[in-house]
Amino acid sequence: MQVNTMKCQHCEKPATFHITELTGNTPEELHLCEEHARMYLMQADQPEEPVPTIAGALAQHLKISQTAEELSSLDQESCPVCGITFYEFRHVGRLGCPHDYVHFEQELEPLIVNVHGSTAHVGKKPEQGSTDTDARTELIQLRKQMQDAIAKEDYEKASEMRDRINKINNE
Amino acid sequence: MSIDELAPKCGEWLKGSGPESDIVISSRIRLARNLADFPFIRKCSDTDRIEIENTLHKAVAKIDSWQERVEYVDVSDLSELDRQFLMERQLISREHSEGSGARSVAIDSSEQFSLMINEEDHLRIQVMQSGFDLHTSYDFIDQIDNLIEQNVNFAFHARLGYLTACPTNVGTGMRVSVMLHLPALVMTREIDRVLRSMTKINLAVRGLYGEGSQAMGDFYQISNQVTLGRSERDLIDQISEVVPVIIEYERNARAFLKQESRNELNDKVKRALGILNSAESISSEETMHLLSSVRMGVNLGILDNVQIPTINKLFIHTQPAHLQKLHGMELSSADRNAARAQHLRRSLQN
Repeated sequence: MQVNTMKCQHCEKPATFHITELTGNTPEELHLCEEHARMYLMQADQPEEPVPTIAGALAQHLKISQTAEELSSLDQESCPVCGITFYEFRHVGRLGCPHDYVHFEQELEPLIVNVHGSTAHVGKKPEQGSTDTDARTELIQLRKQMQDAIAKEDYEKASEMRDRINKINNE
Repeated sequence: MSIDELAPKCGEWLKGSGPESDIVISSRIRLARNLADFPFIRKCSDTDRIEIENTLHKAVAKIDSWQERVEYVDVSDLSELDRQFLMERQLISREHSEGSGARSVAIDSSEQFSLMINEEDHLRIQVMQSGFDLHTSYDFIDQIDNLIEQNVNFAFHARLGYLTACPTNVGTGMRVSVMLHLPALVMTREIDRVLRSMTKINLAVRGLYGEGSQAMGDFYQISNQVTLGRSERDLIDQISEVVPVIIEYERNARAFLKQESRNELNDKVKRALGILNSAESISSEETMHLLSSVRMGVNLGILDNVQIPTINKLFIHTQPAHLQKLHGMELSSADRNAARAQHLRRSLQN
């Protein structure tokens, strides 16, 4: 019969710590040796999901340059157009709408410098219309209000929103 | 043009022509664009995604010269096999293939370009070409971008340029990738040194199927990481200066092998063709590995009865989804290995 000694998930040593993690959607079983268990428990307050490198790089930068309170209040900050919180961006590494670049301009700058070594575009510009399209983010809000109104069966409000969207689109 | 009709064909970018095509398989450029009046994909409702698709379809439909040229494929409606097929063919990305929700791809009939809709960004324009000619590719993609832009508003910031869902693409939204075949640098073990020097100058190195994929069959993709603060032409110039240096290294390594270990090299190349010509069952990985040796052998004049376009095509047609499409049915892993061996024997003996 096979001797049932469970190995640590990260090395060849026997697993002496058996942890059931309950923070995610489903309980997760962990089997670790003493050394890896200590490492795991020490970093247990870090996010579980593997963060994309970009968000990870930003998180590191923020941790160095800001206190825990500053970071936690920044994390709660949300974009008035799409509603994404800075916390959500840090975790998934993707922004919610074009206006995030305006709303989180200061917070994004260190990250952008880190990746590109620059803060200003020098390449191609759209041939048509105005160069800055931030005014058009109003349409994102109107469209969301229209969809919410339809969901609530408030068709009067929905058609009002539709008219405003069409008006802006035809300008 | 359905996906089944696409299967036996092969894109222009695999024809094995164009500058430096003994080493450079293909040049690819992609532009990331988003509509200014919709949220980025992560915050899109189902309705938003459908409206984005409609808006972009209409914008493309207004381009008269494309009427006969472009075909839409609704990716969300495809089987897993068909999605994998389009990914192997490099017409959609892994993310587009494995994503969820309304998304599609517009494919040019000669496969010189494709438009991915609702990928990580609303629109990803991709241009692919055989060999090493980034300037021609950029002129082409710039023209495509202008044509679409006549009919839509792309999100643009006066200081930051084109806005993208991930800040790593902001500015030009442009990623330039050159796919290189570097078997001699792998054989002489110089490859790591060459690739390390790439990352030092801010260029990324990836395998055949992009991010996270392994460098199978000695294929390496070199691409820019920076997208902001340098113009499109500047970024292309940088890659255009670096790639010839790698080509030179690979040529030197090939010359070295030919001179210093001619017998071993001949043996390796001829054995590779021997196995491909006679195996009864073969894995995708072994096929890539052996085709790589054969490809180098043809380019060095060791083999003269095989053509480069045939080999280029085999690299793609022996991938799992292609093989199953060509066979007209889904196959188990063991059946695929047998079908692959049969396909290789037939193609190489013709």
